[in-house]
Amino acid sequence: MSRVITLKKPVAITTHSCVGGKKEGKGPLGDYFDMISDDDYFGQDTWEKAETEMLKRSFYTILKKRDIKPQAIQVALGGDLCDQITSTAFCYRDITIPFLGLYGACSAMAESMAIGACLVSGGIVDNALCSASSHFATAERQFRTPLDYGGKRTPTAQWTVTGAAHSLLEREGKGPFITRVMFGRIADLGVKDANNMGAAMAPAAALTLKEFFRETGEKPENYDAIYTGDLGMVGSVLLKELLQKEDIELTNHQDCGLIIFDRESQQVQAGASGCGCSGCVLSAHILPQMEQKKINRILFMATGALLSPTTTMQQESIPGIAHLVEIQTERN
Amino acid sequence: MKTSKKEYSRMVEKASPPSRLVKNCTWAFMTGGSICALGEWLYRFYMNMGFIISDARLMSSITLVGLSALFTGLGWYSRLAKRAGAGTLVPITGFANAVVSPAMEFRSEGLITGVGAKMFVIAGPVIVYGVLASVVYGLILFFVSPMGR
Repeated sequence: MSRVITLKKPVAITTHSCVGGKKEGKGPLGDYFDMISDDDYFGQDTWEKAETEMLKRSFYTILKKRDIKPQAIQVALGGDLCDQITSTAFCYRDITIPFLGLYGACSAMAESMAIGACLVSGGIVDNALCSASSHFATAERQFRTPLDYGGKRTPTAQWTVTGAAHSLLEREGKGPFITRVMFGRIADLGVKDANNMGAAMAPAAALTLKEFFRETGEKPENYDAIYTGDLGMVGSVLLKELLQKEDIELTNHQDCGLIIFDRESQQVQAGASGCGCSGCVLSAHILPQMEQKKINRILFMATGALLSPTTTMQQESIPGIAHLVEIQTERN
Repeated sequence: MKTSKKEYSRMVEKASPPSRLVKNCTWAFMTGGSICALGEWLYRFYMNMGFIISDARLMSSITLVGLSALFTGLGWYSRLAKRAGAGTLVPITGFANAVVSPAMEFRSEGLITGVGAKMFVIAGPVIVYGVLASVVYGLILFFVSPMGR
């Protein structure tokens, strides 16, 4: 049985939004965010509240762009990196719409869009609002050390994006369209270094891509670009090498973790990471290019490292996952 | 997947850029050395003020710890440490930073369950094993050295 799900009716991405923090605003995509906050606290008194507020701003932006009320949303799907995905849950605590919380670590954007697309295409719901968010400070204090602790980051470390993104999937619209999706399988090739997430997630990305190409008969060159979520510099190199061993040449690969920041001048070591990374790059960079028909056919695959601070301390290796969404400007 | 865990581990090692050893060591040497030189200057300063040796040493340590706590609070210490690495970690100032930074970070979780519980999250193991090591060395010294000396 094929694991690639071909949607009977392609699903339109009718609107999208993204909100970023100060550092994201200074990056190459800074001008393309819907909103940038120079205050990473977003006017709140804790980092967790800040992330929720950032999500809310992205939520209200997408409603405004689409000119609809919250009640028009039939289901919201989304996730973040905080314990028990509280940032997203607390966002929808105040905006009472049906909500499905997802945890796929940094794969949240692709995971929510893949599920949302299935629900909409299958006629289960009329629309699905997908989201992903991450905040540098909430992730650092949960997974690493306090912000003011004087530590040196390793060259393989990645910088968690402070960003929230939404995309609205609907049955009708002028596109771009989601045509196929694939839910990833977990891959773990034994990486234990929590400061080398790209290396931990690359096998999952390679596995999903390999199976997608094998099952569909597609080739990488059939796409204008193949985007991964946050493999960073190290993970991107490894993805290509892993696929080469499977006789797949990846020539048009781009990683969102290498697009959102200027790696050298912004000192982000191996690149960016976090749920908000792929979400914001999709909304600020990829979808606008598709709307302008600069690119017409892409694969969007967000990767997640399914670890917790506890499993890291218990010396467990890091399982990775990669969910894939095929997006085209034309329905067929 | 055709790649084994063993093979992948080699690939990861090759793809991961190493730390810049010479640059990092130079930074660590210069900043660590400067902090220690400051400590030495403080010690002499307190001696000149008329303190006895043991008090002057203690006073210089207290001053360094106080300065480190202040700089952590102002957000300067981590900025320096980004470059200095071990240079800011190893001296006594690094220990102060390791206590003050979680205390600041977790104040949002309250004075007891936040600041109180998390303050020693980084420094705690150093204290535990430091004390344990000194007990072991003390015992060794007790048994190897003649009684009464």
